Amino acid sequence: MRAARWNVSKLGLTYAPALLYIGVVGTFGILSPSFLSIENFLNIFVQCSAVAIVAIGMTFVLLTAGIDLSVGSIMFLCSAIAGVSVVRGDLPISLALLFMVIGGLFCGVVNGYFIARKGMAPFIVTLSMLFVARGSGLWITQTRAMNLPDTFRQLATTRVLGIPVPVLVLAIVLITAHLILTRTVFGRQLYAVGNNPVAAERAGIDVPMVLIAVYMISGTCASIGGMLTLAQLAAVSPNLGQGRELDVIAAAVLGGASLFGGRGTAFGAVLGAVLVETVRNGMNMVDANPYVYPVIIGLIIFAAVFLDSNRHRQLARLRKRKIRTEAS
Amino acid sequence: MTRPVLEFEHIDKSFFGAKVLKDVSFAVRSGAIVGLVGENGAGKSTLMNILSGILTADAGWIKVNGIPFAPQRPDESALAGIALVHQELNLFPNLSAAENLFVADFPRQGSKWLSWIDRASLRTRASELLEQVNLDVDPGTLVEELSPGQKQLLEIAKALKGDLKIVAFDEPTTSLTQPETQQLFSIIRRLKERGVGVIYISHNLGDVMRLCDQVVVLRDGEIQAAGDKDSFTIPDVIQLMVGRELETLFPRRRNTPQDVPVLQVRHLSQPGIVHEVSFTLRRGEMLGISGLMGSGRTELARILFGLDSYERGEILVEGETVSAPSPRKCVDRGMAFLTEDRSLEGLMPSASIEENVALVGLEEFGSRFLGVLKRETLKDRVGEVVRELSVDCRRIDRQSVKTLSGGNQQKVVLGKWLLGGSRILLLDEPTRGVDVGARYEIYQKLVELADEGVSMIVISSDLEELVGLCDRILVMSRGEIRASVDRQDFDRKEMLQAAIGEERLT
Repeated sequence: MRAARWNVSKLGLTYAPALLYIGVVGTFGILSPSFLSIENFLNIFVQCSAVAIVAIGMTFVLLTAGIDLSVGSIMFLCSAIAGVSVVRGDLPISLALLFMVIGGLFCGVVNGYFIARKGMAPFIVTLSMLFVARGSGLWITQTRAMNLPDTFRQLATTRVLGIPVPVLVLAIVLITAHLILTRTVFGRQLYAVGNNPVAAERAGIDVPMVLIAVYMISGTCASIGGMLTLAQLAAVSPNLGQGRELDVIAAAVLGGASLFGGRGTAFGAVLGAVLVETVRNGMNMVDANPYVYPVIIGLIIFAAVFLDSNRHRQLARLRKRKIRTEAS
Repeated sequence: MTRPVLEFEHIDKSFFGAKVLKDVSFAVRSGAIVGLVGENGAGKSTLMNILSGILTADAGWIKVNGIPFAPQRPDESALAGIALVHQELNLFPNLSAAENLFVADFPRQGSKWLSWIDRASLRTRASELLEQVNLDVDPGTLVEELSPGQKQLLEIAKALKGDLKIVAFDEPTTSLTQPETQQLFSIIRRLKERGVGVIYISHNLGDVMRLCDQVVVLRDGEIQAAGDKDSFTIPDVIQLMVGRELETLFPRRRNTPQDVPVLQVRHLSQPGIVHEVSFTLRRGEMLGISGLMGSGRTELARILFGLDSYERGEILVEGETVSAPSPRKCVDRGMAFLTEDRSLEGLMPSASIEENVALVGLEEFGSRFLGVLKRETLKDRVGEVVRELSVDCRRIDRQSVKTLSGGNQQKVVLGKWLLGGSRILLLDEPTRGVDVGARYEIYQKLVELADEGVSMIVISSDLEELVGLCDRILVMSRGEIRASVDRQDFDRKEMLQAAIGEERLT
């Protein structure tokens, strides 16, 4: 009896974020029937795809107990590069997309190099990159908004087998990231580095290479996020991606990543991003006062992290080895 | 005579101009166990770090099977068949047991450019290794769910991978219980039979004498003596290690405990943890708690100090009931808890000695208005305490605690509580990882304090320590007190029996 109760509470605690999500969906479903349509869910996924992808990249960084504040600016810089090559350079879109990825990779390598090889604090290095990348983007666009041809917009509206392209891209990134984290040597070593870099070094893991790799992954994910945002807007505006790094960190943390490293999953990051977008979408559906949105979202982030820290304490207590078995 | 599998020849190493190894030469034969002993700071760990490629020697060379070998990185030594079981555990609690075993060389499948972990082979290879050390857990178990002893066995299993030629154990028994230690020794003897050369580093000289074939004594980076273990006695070795004769490891008490109860525990119970624990601690008494790891001794101390809750029972300090104890309340009543894990729970490692010592008593040195610190008074008092405990340090206001040896760190923790005016000390493994010389100084200080009327509960796995130090020993097993033995009746065998209880240990 007692053991059964333990198991139930253990299960509940383990899947707390998923339960929270089901709760949110249920509430809005009752308040507004059209909320529960498949079309609306596809819409939610399209809306949050950019943040979700960047949050997956951020999860890699958070796993090493690092942080990447430059992702919002990288999204903008890459978009600016694409805008300039298509509008001014008249280059094909495929080449523009390639330049975006190269731009994201490059920013990631620079971040990773100074963090891994020079031992600088991730917060500072990526904060500098935040300014440098946004500044460079503003420089090459001369702070003017730039309208892109319609073909670019089609990237966001085309559907394959009824599924919008952004959602497909998200699915591909998610599955790739999940396989990297759980099935590859790099992925498992990443968890080791995040937990204890000194022990990882001693075990013969190439810690600097792992660190450089995670910032490269984060930069690349930011460039892909930039692509999707750009496709949805069909224009490079000077404030594209501004402040996005905070949404992204919030999504990753909502999904269970720890800022202290060693904990987090790709699915969690996507769940976090989807949760925030679901709340925003749901409030829209029930005609809530728009000024209330940030308040609610802030409270949900707080509640989720609060639950999470409690959950870990509770789980640790449930797992604690019993010294004696009480006679019942 | 078998050939040497490992030779150190004229190894020198300096850190910032200070020589820590001077012309160190010795050999390990295949199928031999060499005990490497010396005080903390004698250079044992430095030598092992050179062997494993974490550090490089300034001069001299290492030969493996007669071939010169100079590892630059840990994986190079692993490739050469050298394994090191570190003093502190290098495990990743967020990974599984199997993943921890193969974290640097996962079995892979796929091509060079696109490869993934071969999970089936990972599992079978991990099972084989776990079997070798008699660790009966699923390879997929997360390491955070293992007990300290199981973690140590896992760390050892890690060393047994591949074509092992040389294995060095650096203090492997500090977190092991007696039966687990026996198990480790049988593993080491099996390695010996396989022809592996073993280096065994330990402060426990009894273990070294029981286990090893040869003994090498290191002091201040120089070899003092090396030879067959039969040519040494333990007192010889101690003298070689410290360079002076220790009167006896355990100082004599001048006073006996007074018949005044300071801490009374009545029928303390917490389901699954402790059951009906009752005892009285008298003023100036040194009360030992013996028991195997996982017997509830640490948990009992945590409850007494208000860190964990209890369901039934009563705790009285100086005759007054403490309701709902919390660490704050306990400190206010003059209690102190020196935890097993100094670096994690007892110290601020990067802060200075002064800041660490001042921490608990800080409030007393604040002015009445706004609590502005009286820095000079504080500095003087901290200086006094540090001198009194003879902490071996250069500057108490600049030097960070993490640069001190284990023994000196423990003295700093002790100093912190003494400055705070503690009268009841709960000591959990007070000399864990502390070398013989510093151990003696800590014992001396503890006995002095007891003579002055400070009461203490000493929790230890080291029966010799409890027998040498305490006025009375309680034996715990499965959360209950099984026996209470007075000084004149100490009998090691009987206490071990009580500790093991009716249950046979796995």
